Amino acid sequence: MGCIGLAWFVVPLVALVARTPWSALPRILGSEIVSDALSLSLVTSVAATAVAAVLGIPLAWLMARVEFPGRALVRGLVTLPLVLPPVVGGAALLFALGRRGLVGEAISQATGLVLPFSTWGVIVANVFVAMPFLVITVEGALRNLDSRYEGAAATLGAGRWTVLRRVTVPMIGPSVVAGLVLCWARALGEFGATITFAGNLPGRTQTLPLAVFVALESDRDAAVALSLVMVAVSLVVLIVLRERWWKAL
Amino acid sequence: MEGALGAGLDARFEVRRGEFRLALGLSIPLGRTVALLGPNGAGKTTALATIAGLHAVQQGRISLGGVTLDDPAAGVFVPPEQRRVGVVFQDYLLFPHLTVIENVAFGLRSRGVARLPAQERAADWLGRMGLAGLEGRRPDDLSGGQAQRVALARALVSDPELLLLDEPLSALDVTTRGRLRRSLAEHLAAFPGPRLLITHDPAEAFLLASEIHVVEGGAVTQSGTAEDIRLRPRTAYAADLAGSNLLEGIAGEGRVMVAGHELHIADDVEGPVLATIRPNAVSVHRQLPEGSPRNTWATTIDLIEHLGERVRIRTGPPLILAIEITAEATEALGLAVGDEIWVSIKATEIGVQADPA
Repeated sequence: MGCIGLAWFVVPLVALVARTPWSALPRILGSEIVSDALSLSLVTSVAATAVAAVLGIPLAWLMARVEFPGRALVRGLVTLPLVLPPVVGGAALLFALGRRGLVGEAISQATGLVLPFSTWGVIVANVFVAMPFLVITVEGALRNLDSRYEGAAATLGAGRWTVLRRVTVPMIGPSVVAGLVLCWARALGEFGATITFAGNLPGRTQTLPLAVFVALESDRDAAVALSLVMVAVSLVVLIVLRERWWKAL
Repeated sequence: MEGALGAGLDARFEVRRGEFRLALGLSIPLGRTVALLGPNGAGKTTALATIAGLHAVQQGRISLGGVTLDDPAAGVFVPPEQRRVGVVFQDYLLFPHLTVIENVAFGLRSRGVARLPAQERAADWLGRMGLAGLEGRRPDDLSGGQAQRVALARALVSDPELLLLDEPLSALDVTTRGRLRRSLAEHLAAFPGPRLLITHDPAEAFLLASEIHVVEGGAVTQSGTAEDIRLRPRTAYAADLAGSNLLEGIAGEGRVMVAGHELHIADDVEGPVLATIRPNAVSVHRQLPEGSPRNTWATTIDLIEHLGERVRIRTGPPLILAIEITAEATEALGLAVGDEIWVSIKATEIGVQADPA
């Protein structure tokens, strides 16, 4: 049974590699639709990771270090996007941030910015889906950190900000990096929320996973090539995490 | 002048941590070492953290050098980073991501000293601690004794007004403990401010502190000099752990000379030693016992104290010892102060550890 279980993972990957049109690969990867999708994916996933870092690390700190009523509820809400079908997340984002949405209407009136079906929308969807990975990883690290070190730093004359900068952050550094990498990888692979909230416009919102989906209908070779790129990225992420940071989780 | 009155540490407070409550009152003058001696969970570390400012007191007042650090009634609380208190923490808590010199320079850097002068002063302290050459190491690559001295340097480098030490020797193995206790005693003597030592090891408290507070269950159960605690323990804990006889002597050829008196020992040690004799390991007789152990001598009873079912006896010359026997035995022997008795102890009951100068 175990072997069948393993084959379940391995056979599809082998099929993908076997189906790869190696000789045509450079041409396909160089084509406009692929390079557009690739660069869009890189830009949006990195931007989403940056946003997640700015918002998610303080959130993780609040959850780990501050006693407040409803903390269990907050923890549940943060983990919700991990189990929520991404399409539902995308739909929820539309109702919230769409042109007529709960918050979206005010945003577009105030700033003229329309999030759905724009590159910004891709980033918003990515943050929604990927940030929990960062928050949960960092929160766990903060909980495991022996807070006596922060007390020791305080007796050495370090104020709260210095303690955070010179003790807390460096000591949980490996976990923060692991969380950022996980968050980025999740953002890079995001499909459901993106297509629902941001659509599938080549050059603007068509990221790698969306391009794979479209290419499967029209150009199988391109779909395989794009898939291969994403498999490679996933493998690199896993190796990086396993070698250096997996243990810190 | 009245200035000297406010000098030193004055702490009288009550602090609650969840269900736990600690009440403490102590004064430490400049240049004196006071020990809090007690079992695990007695509240010793809470006391240290409170004086350092890591917890606020619920009642009472802490002042250092005449300046109030914590007084809820007056609405005063000085945060830990503004107190000039050097702390050697239990397990040392050296920052694992920083090098030895960065650890020592940390206090100076946080107080605004520029990098180069901070590193120079840190290097100077490492040299004083005999740690020159270890500047670039990580704490993980240090021996226990080296880590202890780095922690001490880190606490002392920014000239604190008060030094707090939490179990500074307990993380060390037995062979290095004696040597490091000596060096710690020297560094304590060189520190001009008040010093508070926290320990569960009576030998440490007796050798390093001039005044001892026994802490049990969140309260001080006895205060006094090492002599007071050793010879007149007031609680069962003090009697069991603090009541051991500690004798300094010179060992050689299976014997220890203590204050001109010869004791036979079972260990093969040479040179200066610290001998420990548990009070209940000594037997008391009215006459010279038959087939007696080699360590048998005549003496007098200087003091008799009752501690429930136990009785503690202090003997006079040639060797002042605390002895513990049952109330029943005391009665059967009809012991009273001033009586002549014989005491004996087996060589194997004398604990001996090397105590290099």
